[in-house]
Amino acid sequence: MNEFEKGLLKYFSEDDLRTIQDIRVGIAGAGGLGSNIAVCLVRSGFKNLEILDFDVVEASNLNRQYYFMDDLGKPKVAVLKDRLLTINPSAQIKVFNTKMDRDNCVDFFKEADIVFEAFDRVEAKKMVLETFGGSKRIIICGVGMAGHKNENELKIRKLSGRHFIVGDGETSIKCMPPLAPRVMACASLMASIALECVLENKTGGRK
Amino acid sequence: MSEITLKINGNEEKMAIGITVADILVKYNLDPEAVVVEVNEDIRLKDVWNKPLVDGDTLELVRFVGGG
Repeated sequence: MNEFEKGLLKYFSEDDLRTIQDIRVGIAGAGGLGSNIAVCLVRSGFKNLEILDFDVVEASNLNRQYYFMDDLGKPKVAVLKDRLLTINPSAQIKVFNTKMDRDNCVDFFKEADIVFEAFDRVEAKKMVLETFGGSKRIIICGVGMAGHKNENELKIRKLSGRHFIVGDGETSIKCMPPLAPRVMACASLMASIALECVLENKTGGRK
Repeated sequence: MSEITLKINGNEEKMAIGITVADILVKYNLDPEAVVVEVNEDIRLKDVWNKPLVDGDTLELVRFVGGG
């Protein structure tokens, strides 16, 4: 156990930490939601992550995504992996620098207990819930976190026992810019659902 | 009985017998390309959206918007 993990034992029992560490997580998208979800999860003890994204870091990402000036032009998943390993060097981070589509999506996250939908485009977001929602996995989707107004409250909507929709359900980046406060709040809420499901024993197996 | 009762996003709604998911999306003005449908806790894909719903079915309609 490394120093970081010893530090976590101030907040978690050894049993709970082991439970968290055994959970396998898939994150579809490493942008505003995905990068911040991953950081939240690793800081919370999760250490088995698969992350998929085909993009490189651009200047316009730096307002909300977990990347810095030195990362410009580099593949997001490669940078994110390095960053997560600086938080917990023992984490097992598997990355796919590729695009998920209707043909290849079933090839990913086969072992995951929890899948995060953190894509940008509507078609891709829908694809994740439809593809992975047929199993007993927990699916956590982000829907509506744009703009700066809080009249559209970020909420957790529970569908079946296994599917969660997080966000205000309304604000689209077509109409409003994605800005750090609400995007990061949404990412944090999504990560907190995973932590709750794991610690309250609601993950329920993979099939 | 000329109507069935469905639970849609938590609200009970009376609908005509034979109504389908496809009909409901039109009724609620939802873009089929942006919506995921669950019927009785299972994802229902587009190829069976023309299957008639039955009394007591519970639907969740999730409308996605861009951003992530």
